[in-house]
Amino acid sequence: MTNPTQAIVGRGNREGAALFRDWFSGLNEAAEEGRGAAYVFVMGSFNEILKSFDLPVVFPEINSLQTAVRRVAHEYLEEAEDHGYSPDICGYVKADIGTQLRGGAHPMGRIPKPSIAVVTNACNTYLKWAEAWERMYEMPMVTIDIPGTRYAGGETWSGDRHFENDRKYVETQIRELIKTCEEVTGKRFDIDKLREVMGHANGISRGWKSLLDLNKHRPSVFSALTDGTIYLGVANGLRGDERGAKYFADLVEEMEFKVANKIGTTTEEEWRLIFVGVPCYPIFRRFNELFTEWKGTFVHSTYLWFASGGSNVGFEYELADPIASLAEGSLISVRDSMDSMFHHDRVVESMLDGFHVDGVVYHPIKSCRTVSTGLADGRRALGERTGVQSLFIESDMMDRRVVSEAQMKNRADAFFEGLAVRRNQELVSQ
Amino acid sequence: MAYAAGVDVGSTQTKAVVINEDRELIATCLIDTGANVTKAAENAFRACIEQEGILEEEIEWVIGTGYGRYKVTFGNAQVTEISCHGRGATHIFPGTRTVLDMGGQDTKVIRVSPDGEIEDFCMNDKCAAGTGRFLGASASALDIPLDDLGATALDSDKGVAISTTCTVFAESEVLAWLGKGKKVQEILWGVHESIAKRSIGLMRRVGIEGEITFTGGVSLNTAMVKAMEDVLDTKLNISEQCHYAGALGAALFAMDHIQASRAPHPIAEEVAQ
Repeated sequence: MTNPTQAIVGRGNREGAALFRDWFSGLNEAAEEGRGAAYVFVMGSFNEILKSFDLPVVFPEINSLQTAVRRVAHEYLEEAEDHGYSPDICGYVKADIGTQLRGGAHPMGRIPKPSIAVVTNACNTYLKWAEAWERMYEMPMVTIDIPGTRYAGGETWSGDRHFENDRKYVETQIRELIKTCEEVTGKRFDIDKLREVMGHANGISRGWKSLLDLNKHRPSVFSALTDGTIYLGVANGLRGDERGAKYFADLVEEMEFKVANKIGTTTEEEWRLIFVGVPCYPIFRRFNELFTEWKGTFVHSTYLWFASGGSNVGFEYELADPIASLAEGSLISVRDSMDSMFHHDRVVESMLDGFHVDGVVYHPIKSCRTVSTGLADGRRALGERTGVQSLFIESDMMDRRVVSEAQMKNRADAFFEGLAVRRNQELVSQ
Repeated sequence: MAYAAGVDVGSTQTKAVVINEDRELIATCLIDTGANVTKAAENAFRACIEQEGILEEEIEWVIGTGYGRYKVTFGNAQVTEISCHGRGATHIFPGTRTVLDMGGQDTKVIRVSPDGEIEDFCMNDKCAAGTGRFLGASASALDIPLDDLGATALDSDKGVAISTTCTVFAESEVLAWLGKGKKVQEILWGVHESIAKRSIGLMRRVGIEGEITFTGGVSLNTAMVKAMEDVLDTKLNISEQCHYAGALGAALFAMDHIQASRAPHPIAEEVAQ
């Protein structure tokens, strides 16, 4: 007989993995049946609209990172490079092109072809990437332009003149997306179905925000780098799905249980760290071990903000007027995604005290300049303002050819030696 | 009298030092690392203690550092060469706030606090451009012994522009300059200037502060020192001991441990664990 602790602790990881497999098995089924999918991205997926049309939703970014975690990314990358894609461009794009060239063959199953692609401006590569599918499959690509923050700290909110103009702008684009979905699926738009999907999306946003906040406790209840990535996959893939909403309600319950019983991650927690950037998927577990070996735990990560499409804001839709509310939520969440990438120093600074942070790990990556540009400057600015110690460790999210574990370990070791010296000097001076 | 030892196993050379309780340098040894890293560490250590007739049991604590630090199998602990070079440099020159360490395969810049605490560091990435290997490749292309590189380069008051950032391609660029009739001295000075400019980029990333101490094997190259000083427009701290700064830093951490074990000292304890 299992005791309550055994039943609840680790449930989120087990069920998250199962949901993930189910999702991919649904995609495989769609591919086998020759049904088309909606291709979307993590920063502004508009999953709510697409799910209301029962379209299977594919996140090529997630497919690509899965090839790296499963240590086969190089095969896909090389295939795309042989096809003419440069070694210097986004690894996610190339792994996806490799997948498309293989007719959707992927380690998690077969990926259906796109019948529509939805793109936001949150990443400059999204547009060029979707144009590649447009050429391959001659399917519609809908670009939704989300106005970002005009200047650092200059966010506007519901009721402000600029915000309301932006909302109308996004709302019009959403209506165009609905029209295209009707054409692609041959189904009429059902606003009540949209309300239902958005209600489930609310459950995920609410759960995501609560989950992140729970890691303020000592010991931290999940690793923002490893566990967090599992939760992130569910938050994106199952956004607007009833199972996703239930998953997050259960996950929050699990984490609250761990807080109440002071059950931390498997890592003995000596150093609380923040991760900035995109994970090193080619050596995903080993990268984390470089830190856990020193009893370092990642309690937060900017990745869990921007790659959740800004769900960290916890915006919940007003279901009485769903399209206007979807426009408002998209504006607030997607711009937060962009701000988390481009004004990471402010994001990290806002986390330092609440999460009791000892150090910050910056991980710029070769194949994504969008998230990596400015990390060095932001790090310097943060250091000058707060004095927090940080590590700058470069590799890649996809390409193991540019991941040098020995060099990374050397830097991580030196970082912890520095943290230890500083802590002891502070103790001595006290 | 208790002694402490530090063994710095670098990619090209292995250095060992022994210090006494007054933290004075008693013995040093330098050998090529070669393929057997563990053997190199042992040989350097043994040669070091035999020099001064010190018995192995008199060495109370040994710390390994450098890329091969985990191969110092007889050592008691490991500390990265980043911490060790910072510590060693501030011991040799107490006014040090910036350390430039140029070794066989990497160049690192370390900013240290007045207490020797590592504030920030930066290293070259997955490429030997701007390191001792870059000089080695050029020396090989010009058929000049490595030890004569500096003096030969200093015979020229101007240098050719070496544009490549790749150590492998540097060799062909050097040969191309020879083909154009440039003097060996001029080409070599150009190589040194090229490395100096590349190193400045790393230094700016961590911020250049206070006295700069130049450590590592390349610090013995007089042309490299001059090239760095020209670009920085300041004098660098240099000494014979700078080549051993990593091993010396390791030995100092080891001595911290020995002395902490007698009168607990949390800083040393934590670092030496």
